[in-house]
Amino acid sequence: MTSTVTDLTARRADFPLLRREIDGKRIVYLDSANSSQKPESVIEAMADFARTSYAPINRSAYRLAAEATDAYEAARSKVARFVNAPADDEVVFTKNATESLNLVAKAWGGAHLRAGDVVVLTHMEHHANIVPWHQLAAERGIVLRWIPLTDHGELDLTDLDELLDGAKVFSFTAMSNVLGTITPVRLLVDAAHRAGALAVVDACQYVPHNPTDIQAWDADFVAFSSHKMCGPSGIGLLWGRACLLDETPPFLGGGNMISDVRLDGFTPAPVPAKFEAGTPPIIEAAGLGAAIDYLDGIGMVDLRRHEMELTEYALSTLQQRFGDDIRIHGPRNVEVRGGVISFEFRDIHPHDVSQVLDGDNVCVRAGHHCAKPLMRILGVAATVRASLYLYNDTADVDALADALDRAGDFFSI
Amino acid sequence: MPGLEDLYREIILDHYRTPRNRGELPTPPARLAVGHNPLCGDEVTVYVDVEDGTVRDVKVAGQGCSISQSSASMMTQAVIGKRVGEVQSVVRRFKAMLSIDERPGSPGDPATDGADGADDTGSVKGDGSELGELEALRGVVKFPVRIKCATLAWNTLVEALDAPRDPA
Repeated sequence: MTSTVTDLTARRADFPLLRREIDGKRIVYLDSANSSQKPESVIEAMADFARTSYAPINRSAYRLAAEATDAYEAARSKVARFVNAPADDEVVFTKNATESLNLVAKAWGGAHLRAGDVVVLTHMEHHANIVPWHQLAAERGIVLRWIPLTDHGELDLTDLDELLDGAKVFSFTAMSNVLGTITPVRLLVDAAHRAGALAVVDACQYVPHNPTDIQAWDADFVAFSSHKMCGPSGIGLLWGRACLLDETPPFLGGGNMISDVRLDGFTPAPVPAKFEAGTPPIIEAAGLGAAIDYLDGIGMVDLRRHEMELTEYALSTLQQRFGDDIRIHGPRNVEVRGGVISFEFRDIHPHDVSQVLDGDNVCVRAGHHCAKPLMRILGVAATVRASLYLYNDTADVDALADALDRAGDFFSI
Repeated sequence: MPGLEDLYREIILDHYRTPRNRGELPTPPARLAVGHNPLCGDEVTVYVDVEDGTVRDVKVAGQGCSISQSSASMMTQAVIGKRVGEVQSVVRRFKAMLSIDERPGSPGDPATDGADGADDTGSVKGDGSELGELEALRGVVKFPVRIKCATLAWNTLVEALDAPRDPA
């Protein structure tokens, strides 16, 4: 085993699930682009909050409720600081990043987009950044345009300005969940603004793995999730410029999101409560706060360096060991890609590859990764995807390669 | 966990490597249906040519994993030449073998049979006919995620049988 320069190996021990063995063998978890594992500190923070401080927030006068409200708002502050948002109140808690993107498309878009208005997307978007716009297209006739890809899996920006011409929204990923490609966010935001379009960034894959500075991006909306960055599932994030959130009508109606309700109507609460109808994910917010503390303890610069080194190791190991038997998608240069490695192995179907890998506790995703348009462009129905995080090491990559060897043997004719 | 050999029986790999009745049929007279496995993105198109209540020919196009492709291949051999009513019976028995049967208390119902219920071949033999080499797919039951792979072509065949003759 080769150790990376930025060695986070000891961090693996922070994750109780990774200490589990199945059939006497360690778990090789390579599905963090799907969802990450949780460190002890996050699990403990949630359990501790539930044991000692849990109460409904924002609506009761007793001290415990005030304490719970403070904890919930403290998590919001941590998120804001983590991504360098200008103001805490610009951070909205949602159910997940999918809801965040739906909120932008349906609430902001629903109020501001008309038939014929153009929304620009890219060929590497996740379904969460496609389907809500398709729904808006079906409902009111907005028009979708698409930024294509180069042969090596980066955005083809040749006709960027033409495609953005007259557009109202440019919604794109900061990092592809299939190709690992990291897109030039600031450049894309500037192009959107030159065209008079809003820039919406799907940062779901980016934020957990890179230092994020929303102000440096100059974007208008940014969606991301908790469960991919060591936090719990059930809570997602939307950051939006205050002026845009103000002009966005509420997405869901109910308790907590109102200033007043009368027989003849209602007045929404100020942002962010306006977008947080009903009892929010309170325990999850406590867990998310702990996840951010955990990531801060590692440092996102070091985390990114570790993943770049490990991605480089993985790309070269797989290429060296399997040569033409493996077809890896996405950019080769780890400066512009994260630790998401999608590939085909020989002509063995990804489902069959992952079945054999599972026999060695190597957990990868096989499928279309919620990016069917991209799969069609790549000319495949599915790929195997191994994705890396802070708790992975070169031994995990070696285990993947060894398991692929076994898959090759098993299906050889 | 159950061994890979339970899932990937030799006959399955044989049908995967050399699929029978691959291709297309002209529509009409044949009918077609397209089936998707949302889990993995697999897509199969099943063409079925029925004449006087008998399945004259079946062809399968599309792509998928070894389980879905071999299951489709074996399915074509099991249904060509049979009356539509018999085909429906084979489909029912095949799905019962994979513990998919909506009727509560039926022999294939895991709630009454337990996880190993499908090993009780009585439920299959019960109505007088064997599933033959299709029984090789019995091991899929131990890998629940793959049951959808095994049934994809079958569900699509049922849809194709119900489809109007002229797709236009």
